[in-house]
Amino acid sequence: MITSDLISETYWALSGNKIRSALTMLGIIIGISSVIAMVSIGQGAKNNIEQSIQSVGSNLIIVMPGAQRGVGVQISSGRGSAQTLTQEDANAISGSVSLAQAVAPELSRRYQVTTKGKNTNTQVTGTVPQYLEVRNIQIGQGSFITDQQSKSAAKVAVLGPTTRDDLFGANANAIGQDVKINNMEFKVIGITQAKGGSGFSNPDDAVYIPLATAQRYLAGDTYVSDISVKAQSQQVMATVQQQITDLLLSRHHISNPQLADFNVINQADIVAAAGSVTNTFTLLLASIAGISLLVGGIGIMNMMLTTVTERTREIGLRKAIGAESGDINRQFLAEAVMLTFLGGVAGVLFGWVMSLIISHFSSLQTSISFSSILLAFGVSATIGIVFGYYPARRASKLNPIEALRYE
Amino acid sequence: MIKIQNISKLYKSGNGIETLALKDVSFNINDGEFVAIMGPSGSGKSTLMHILGALDTPTSGKYFLDEKDVSQMTENELAKIRREQIGFVFQAFNLLPRASVLRNVTLPLMYAEIPKTKRQEQAVKSLHMAGLNETHFGHFSNQLSGGQMQRVAIARALVNNPKLILADEPTGNLDTQTGELVLGSFQDLNEHGHTIVIITHELDVAAHAKRIIHIRDGRMVKDEINTNQIKLK
Repeated sequence: MITSDLISETYWALSGNKIRSALTMLGIIIGISSVIAMVSIGQGAKNNIEQSIQSVGSNLIIVMPGAQRGVGVQISSGRGSAQTLTQEDANAISGSVSLAQAVAPELSRRYQVTTKGKNTNTQVTGTVPQYLEVRNIQIGQGSFITDQQSKSAAKVAVLGPTTRDDLFGANANAIGQDVKINNMEFKVIGITQAKGGSGFSNPDDAVYIPLATAQRYLAGDTYVSDISVKAQSQQVMATVQQQITDLLLSRHHISNPQLADFNVINQADIVAAAGSVTNTFTLLLASIAGISLLVGGIGIMNMMLTTVTERTREIGLRKAIGAESGDINRQFLAEAVMLTFLGGVAGVLFGWVMSLIISHFSSLQTSISFSSILLAFGVSATIGIVFGYYPARRASKLNPIEALRYE
Repeated sequence: MIKIQNISKLYKSGNGIETLALKDVSFNINDGEFVAIMGPSGSGKSTLMHILGALDTPTSGKYFLDEKDVSQMTENELAKIRREQIGFVFQAFNLLPRASVLRNVTLPLMYAEIPKTKRQEQAVKSLHMAGLNETHFGHFSNQLSGGQMQRVAIARALVNNPKLILADEPTGNLDTQTGELVLGSFQDLNEHGHTIVIITHELDVAAHAKRIIHIRDGRMVKDEINTNQIKLK
């Protein structure tokens, strides 16, 4: 039996009962398309999170206050609320870690920010001019905090575009106007350019003021909430991280690194951690979809077994006119594989359309990778072979004499 | 040339009961003969047909088809014999439903891996020989009458130009008049030199053959030249 005959016989057999073939295929279509759609959602979420982490800045290392731990004491205060870092630490880093391109300490806290008749609750970040460079922020209008304002603790503020829209109305000119933070008046000197970040730590919804101002008027002490350091390149990140750790350990007089009262976090670590979370999430979604694929495969086996029984006499006839067991086996296996293959193609298309629809109606940019399509085809062909094998074997083992007598 | 030598067939059922369906049967059939194998149901004639048709092998004895010993062949070798040397006609026609007359007739050529270009030509030739004309070629098998279906089946049996055409109760599902037409086709084919063996339990059917082999209780009881052959033309 030559291949083109095998294909034409398979087509003839499947088109003979179109509704049954279509319904059986539907199981595979749903399975494959949900795997494709789920994986694309997972990939989209992963890209989204990675982008929003990257949008914070590149080659970024963040020093955060850690728990103050005594030997043998397990109780520790929560990270972030601890007050172990100062501006002097930041100055020391910029002074002695030569691979650090820019260092920006900051003191952030949420405050109610008001203008006449409008108010918003937003992140107020006290920082220094280097912050722009560290966090990849561009100024849209006006100017950022200057060294002079930083030293003199001037009451000036730079607004993110979202905050500006909230307080003054969309695209209103806010330069030179006043805002009240914690009931103190600040003059608006600049608006940052929109970065389009979303989710946590949105740089567009923020107010930037000089660090000294934040310490003196808002916080009332000299601590900073974290220090952002931009390394000169991707390659020196680990070195910079190590140098900062060593420097701060000696400055804080801590000999055992296990007891450090700060954490040095590499941006790549955050991306990796978030990536592993989204990978687990994707795997979970894909396994749920995979179950429907399994059910679809069992549907194929069920249909093929029914078909073999129904076509017993036909099988008997084919053997009587000279078909070998191998021919019959190939024919029925080809029917199962054809069903899953066509179901796989339709499933990929359907899953692709679904992920486009999801992208269109939600903020999630789904992405379909070539490998997930390849995987879907591999899986559907394998399902065809696995679930078609038993029925095909049963058909090929039929005794022609008994098959011809079958009523 | 068919040589059957001392063939016996023993069936064992699931609970260990043994049935001897054929006992020591021997005969020869020469090329160009028209033989009816006759016997009541349960006589062993179907078993004999299965062995002649290479669907089954005997428990003991030899079956030579053109000097080749078929009685010892493996399953795939038997399939090759059926593909190349034997054409079957069944009582229930056994045509593929939802398939055109042409597709049904070319089916054996597909398994014989005859080039596609030759298939149509051979199928048309054998359909003409079976007495069907072009108007029916595109019809689906379920659109045909019983007599037409059986003639499609005859064309299918002829298409690979077999050594032997085996017909198992070919008129069993047909009325007398249509049955005569089908038997007429067999006589026609025999005139053209085809070797034909008909298995039947009806004397009326057997009477159309040139030679009748009588089977009873698994034994050959009579092998006679039919002097009163009913000639339909």
